Amino acid sequence: MSTDLSDVATDTTFPPPSLVRARLPRQATLIVGVLALALAVLGGPLLTGASWYSVPFVAGLLLVVLLPLWSLQVEGRRAAVDRLVTLLVTYAVTLALVPLVWVLAYTVIQGLPAINWAFLTKDQTTTLDPVTFKQMPGAGVLHAIVGTLLITLGATIISVPIGLLTAIYLVEYGAKSRMARIITVLVDVMTGIPSIVAGLFAVALFTQFGSVGTRIGFMGSVALSLLMIPTVVRSGEEMMRLVPADLREASYALGVPKWRTILKVVVPTAFGGILTGVMLAVSRVIGETAPLLVAVGTVDYMNTNLFSGRMQTLPVFIVSKYKQGADLLELAWGAALILVILVMVLNLTARIIGKIFAPKTGR
Amino acid sequence: MAKSIDVSDLNIYYGDFLAVEGVNMTVKARSVTAFIGPSGCGKSTFLRSLNRMHEVIPGARVEGKVVVDGQSLYDPSVDPVAVRRQIGMVFQRPNPFPTMSIYDNVLAGKRLNAKKVKKSEADALVEKSLRGANLWSEVKDRLDKPGMGLSGGQQQRLCIARAIAVEPEVLLMDEPCSALDPISTSAIEDLIHELKSDYTIVIVTHNMQQAARVSDDTGFFNLKATGEPGHLVEFNPTKKMFTAPDNDATEAYISGRFG
Ligand SMILES: Nc1ncnc2c1ncn2[C@@H]1O[C@H](COP(=O)(O)OP(=O)(O)O)[C@@H](O)[C@H]1O
Ligand SMILES: [Mg+2]
Repeated sequence: MSTDLSDVATDTTFPPPSLVRARLPRQATLIVGVLALALAVLGGPLLTGASWYSVPFVAGLLLVVLLPLWSLQVEGRRAAVDRLVTLLVTYAVTLALVPLVWVLAYTVIQGLPAINWAFLTKDQTTTLDPVTFKQMPGAGVLHAIVGTLLITLGATIISVPIGLLTAIYLVEYGAKSRMARIITVLVDVMTGIPSIVAGLFAVALFTQFGSVGTRIGFMGSVALSLLMIPTVVRSGEEMMRLVPADLREASYALGVPKWRTILKVVVPTAFGGILTGVMLAVSRVIGETAPLLVAVGTVDYMNTNLFSGRMQTLPVFIVSKYKQGADLLELAWGAALILVILVMVLNLTARIIGKIFAPKTGR
Repeated sequence: MAKSIDVSDLNIYYGDFLAVEGVNMTVKARSVTAFIGPSGCGKSTFLRSLNRMHEVIPGARVEGKVVVDGQSLYDPSVDPVAVRRQIGMVFQRPNPFPTMSIYDNVLAGKRLNAKKVKKSEADALVEKSLRGANLWSEVKDRLDKPGMGLSGGQQQRLCIARAIAVEPEVLLMDEPCSALDPISTSAIEDLIHELKSDYTIVIVTHNMQQAARVSDDTGFFNLKATGEPGHLVEFNPTKKMFTAPDNDATEAYISGRFG
């Protein structure tokens, strides 16, 4: 390809430096890709009547065989292996992304028809039509949206202080002490508790105070916080460990006590990362169903009191509509879409706030 | 303002590892004292023991006495935080706070300690400190920009401004120029000359010419052998040190024959 370079090389009296190698054309991957696709279409659906679904697989297989072979002929072994591995890695990424995009797209397609003004502003209370005296089923999920937001907020308010203080202890005070190691192990164990166990724990805990069968929103918050705390501890710990020791020393050298250094230097420097960790934890629990089913229950009307009475939440709403039958499935999908949107909005907000507070390089 | 420091029989440990052994010296007030010596002989360690920054490292401890103006720093009743307010420190690598603007970095000593400062006083303090650090004219139009956006030399002078804004009595500097270009280095050396009239300055340097240029007294640290603790070989006025040192090892080091 690079003819000018090899010309220069032959002009010199010294033996040409062996930097110049035969290379495939720049669009080699594209060329072979198109070829593979054409072959797959021809040899598949067109000639043998195979399913169209086979095309991507056959084309992908052809590409991953043909391109390295061609490369082996022209460029040699190392380049061929490089191309093969590049392709395999790309396939892996695509494979990981496909289900994600699929689920999102499917949720949007299924959920969008359900979403209208009533869906977003009404609850599920059955009303009596004043004209026809027919019972009208409720049309909205506002009570579930509010319930999910309140219960998750409650869980966040419980877990962020506990989680962050634990992380601070582990990073700044515990160092390598036995206590710190025990806590780390416990947090790891906590990461693995099944969510239903957290729900049952909340039930058992509150049964000590109330009567059997009590279900209130706050119990759900407690259950969810059990699931959130380990994530908050872990991410907070990692983020605070990333804060350079230099900054702590700079602060100490100004005569700032340790606790103020942590509060005013370490935590603000790690703030963006800590926030991201908290949001991850929130995203993890906002779709939890089992613990809320046992701890909070389900109702059809709006209840905004976290400390009294059952509440509805989006995941539990989805489950109950799913159970009630095919004609209510649309409501379930609508609620699922709203749940996904909630998570996305929370994540985006966290990202934006994190950017604002991220350490500024000024460059 | 400035204070003298008397060190007697100081042993400095990292856990069980004795890093520096048996140091005796007197750092004079309103003067510049330089420490030279090969890498790993404990200059930084010794410097950090002068404002109780050493014990920030887990397991680190000190035996012996450091007396500043008649007060023993390692007395059990002494609060290390109070010590550090009087004895400031500038580090080898510039370390401005990344979340703060230039202005806030200078005020960090006050702000982080939750001292209420009036806006006018704060402005005056920032200007005075930045002027003191020879940085004012370069940054006066962008005080609200992040401190991390400055060049390495400017960042180091910002750190000096931050250190003198808390009005310490003593300023410790650990190789403050080792990451800087010659021009920034000379700016900081000029600054050290000026600061000398108000502060007691102790500076660690790898650069013998720098020690000769800026200091009044010089201490030479060395290792007896690898694995042995570092110790103070010779402590004398800089003039004498660089012309007629008492110790052969000092002469060898200064003339570049080893180390
Ligand atoms: N944080 C630390 N923990 C354990 N040993 C250390 C630590 N810092 C320095 N040391 C040891 O103390 C000795 C002196 O180091 P240092 O004071 O940094 O030397 P210098 O500043 O003269 O190059 C060296 O042997 C070094 O390995
Ligand atoms: Mg050092």
